[in-house]
Amino acid sequence: MTTSISRRAFLKGSLGAAGLTIAVSVTPFGSRLLNASGKEEALSGFKPNIWFEIKPDNKVAITVGASEMGQGTHTALAMIIADELEADWKQIKVSHGPAAKEFKNPILDDQLTVGSASVRAFYEPLRKAGAAGRAMLIKAAASTWNVPESECKAEKGTVQHKKSGRSLAYGKLCVAAAKLQVPQDPPLKKESEFRYIGKPMLRLDIPEKVAGAAKFGLDVAIPNMEIAVFSRPPAYGAKPISFDQNAAEGVKGVRKVVPGPQGIAVCAESLQAALKGRDALNVKWDKGTHPQLDNDFIEKSLIGDLEKPGAKVIEKGDPKKALGEARKKIEATYFVPFVAHATMEPMNCTAYVRDGRCDVWVPTQGQLVAQFVASQVSGVPPEKVQIHTTFLGCGLGRRAAPDFVVDAVLVSKEVGKPVKVVWTREEDIKYDAFRAAMSHRIEGGIDDQGRLIGWSHKVVSGSIMKDIAPQAVQGGVDIMSLWGLVDFPNSPDNNRIMYDIPNLYIEFLLSDLPIPVAPWRSVQNGPNAFVIESFVDELAHAAAKDPLEFRLQNLKTNMRASRVLETAAKKAGWGKPLPKGQGRGIAQHSCFGTYVAEVVDLSVNEKDGSVKVNRVVAAVDCGPAVNPNTIKAQIEGAVTIALSTALKEEVKFSNGGVKSANFADYNIIKMSDIPEIEVHIVESKEKMGGIGEPGVPPTAPAVGNAIFNATGARIRRIPFTPERVLAAIKDRRI
Amino acid sequence: MISLNVNGKSYRVDVSDDTPLLWVIRDYLKLTGTKFGCGIGECGACTVHIDGKAERSCVISVKQAQGRKITTIEGLPQSHPVKRAWIEEQVVQCGYCSPGIMMQVAALLSESPKPNAEKIINAMDNVICRCGTHVRIKRGIRTAAQIVGKGGKKS
Repeated sequence: MTTSISRRAFLKGSLGAAGLTIAVSVTPFGSRLLNASGKEEALSGFKPNIWFEIKPDNKVAITVGASEMGQGTHTALAMIIADELEADWKQIKVSHGPAAKEFKNPILDDQLTVGSASVRAFYEPLRKAGAAGRAMLIKAAASTWNVPESECKAEKGTVQHKKSGRSLAYGKLCVAAAKLQVPQDPPLKKESEFRYIGKPMLRLDIPEKVAGAAKFGLDVAIPNMEIAVFSRPPAYGAKPISFDQNAAEGVKGVRKVVPGPQGIAVCAESLQAALKGRDALNVKWDKGTHPQLDNDFIEKSLIGDLEKPGAKVIEKGDPKKALGEARKKIEATYFVPFVAHATMEPMNCTAYVRDGRCDVWVPTQGQLVAQFVASQVSGVPPEKVQIHTTFLGCGLGRRAAPDFVVDAVLVSKEVGKPVKVVWTREEDIKYDAFRAAMSHRIEGGIDDQGRLIGWSHKVVSGSIMKDIAPQAVQGGVDIMSLWGLVDFPNSPDNNRIMYDIPNLYIEFLLSDLPIPVAPWRSVQNGPNAFVIESFVDELAHAAAKDPLEFRLQNLKTNMRASRVLETAAKKAGWGKPLPKGQGRGIAQHSCFGTYVAEVVDLSVNEKDGSVKVNRVVAAVDCGPAVNPNTIKAQIEGAVTIALSTALKEEVKFSNGGVKSANFADYNIIKMSDIPEIEVHIVESKEKMGGIGEPGVPPTAPAVGNAIFNATGARIRRIPFTPERVLAAIKDRRI
Repeated sequence: MISLNVNGKSYRVDVSDDTPLLWVIRDYLKLTGTKFGCGIGECGACTVHIDGKAERSCVISVKQAQGRKITTIEGLPQSHPVKRAWIEEQVVQCGYCSPGIMMQVAALLSESPKPNAEKIINAMDNVICRCGTHVRIKRGIRTAAQIVGKGGKKS
């Protein structure tokens, strides 16, 4: 248990002031609470994921392992504790904890902020933890006053004894409470007693972000720090033939050139000097492994691979027979391009390797993997590697990878000083691991009642898990690339096709393109839902049924999916006529345990092919809502970024590498393309789901379905650029 | 040596004339609220006010900014209608693009205290927010305009 040392050292530091500290350990097998007040030895063998401390100054300091990237996790987790604790919201403060195995999210079995998993993993345990703290504070007050506990009540950071009119703040009670045993099964509040949970609470991190004071990775400044930038290969697999180290090191302010496995670093006293040094380096690269690779090559490769045999993933019933006997059978080929993360804060990391230790300041979604690679690169054992997580200037999945950590640790080790590695925007886009491009071929059949009786589906895609968990790619099948169609066995996330299809066949083939791919908000639920929900619309059309009615008919066993569809449809005025040139489309998808349906209203200009999305109405069932304000914000954001992929985004490649370089040639949605977005939270007592990602998948298919509704043109490829829409409209008229 | 006036304070910095103002503000003056997003003036994360106008500090050299009145997010008062509206409407998600966007909105409102929907879209069509907070940016602008309309007093 090497990492627990640094965690304990951290705890020891944080437990300097006497107060009440409750630590919570959550594992897939249940949770446990510990009174960790001032006694680090009590923690040996105990593995808290989260803890909070009530201090004599009344402050409640909460430490969590999850990263805050705008998804509101820190606030939501704090709300859960504060509510059961009956804390005064004004006294709450949340911080990022260090890297530690103990911080593993039990759903993910890793310290990762991915998979929309933080709040749903910790909801029940944190309620218990807060309630335990409340019970202990009440007990401490009752014994101070020598009155029965039953006469005392906790309220907003105080314990009150109404009979005698006495009241004590938590700060005055925390020292006495710290001496008590922590109850493992404290009484929880009734839902009607919730003070914060379910209320639209203001996010704790917004004031400092609005002030410009919040510290992101690029804002880290360490005394004597140097800045490094990298020259990286312009094509996949390209190696340097020559570079002018002397010229670079001759530039004023440049300290050192450091060649590494991911490129050649120029380390300097300032960013300006580092960039000038990089220019002077004048690296000549060879052509790499795929000099002919461009967008055409990619599309031909992925579509061409549909003709090759793949690996069987699912075979249920007799799909061949069902499709042969279907009243109507249709077939279609779909394509989804590579999409960049392009988080607003470009990748960066600061590291300081010295005296047998290594400090890393980094906006990361994966502290343990960052610690592991920092240890590997520096040669410093993991327990001497301290990860300091800053705010993340958006994550989208990109920041779970550790490539930027490798950069910084490598250069710091070489120069013996703190070094901040800054990726320019060009590097951030060119050296991204993208949302995977995919090709799909589907056959679907319906009976004379309009029931979906057969579905045969082949997918070609790069492997997402190959770099994350290579052992999980078995028999040539990458389940994460298939999320949305197929999920891991027994996964509660329900990243699988929701329709009642008695005869189902799914086949998968790994693409051998050299382009790195990675999770991107909702992972492949996004691209796969685009294909499924567009094709379901095609089937509805073939069955001559209303798209909503057809979905409901084939989702009879799935009440949650039906309910969000019905809600979105009702709120959007489904069925109400639209003026000529306008269209309305619907789509639903479930992922990460949450169900979302969206209705899109849009206008298509048939002269120039431009699409103007006017309104998106979303309905979401994520189980109990912790912070409705954040839920709405997350769905709004998810719809917006998904609209961006539906209308604008596609990475351009040429000469064996990435051609897109910056926002001038990588199109992202802007204000003039933003519709009204309405979010309806369906009241639900179901198991809590995630909220960061599930808003993404229904958007692109709902847009495509609305374009079809407006024009009669079906477009089986995103983005729906004006040229593509125009071509499809022309095609329709032939 | 270059002299700069930022948030009402005078600074002298020893940098080459062609250094972008952004990096001087961030790395030398340690005012890190102004962000680096693209380096080519496309995204707006680096927006500051120069003589009252919203400008992209990543494409303005420190030499060009010399002798002019520069305001960064840190220099915008906490009571400024835009800052208040951004909290009230919970506009922010990751918050990285927020300072630049808020500076652009502050400049818009000082030019046009009651912008209509079309004006808002036109004025804000050159910024990028990857979290997708656009609908709340619009809401924030309307709320800020209301606060301005009430002479800075909150409703």
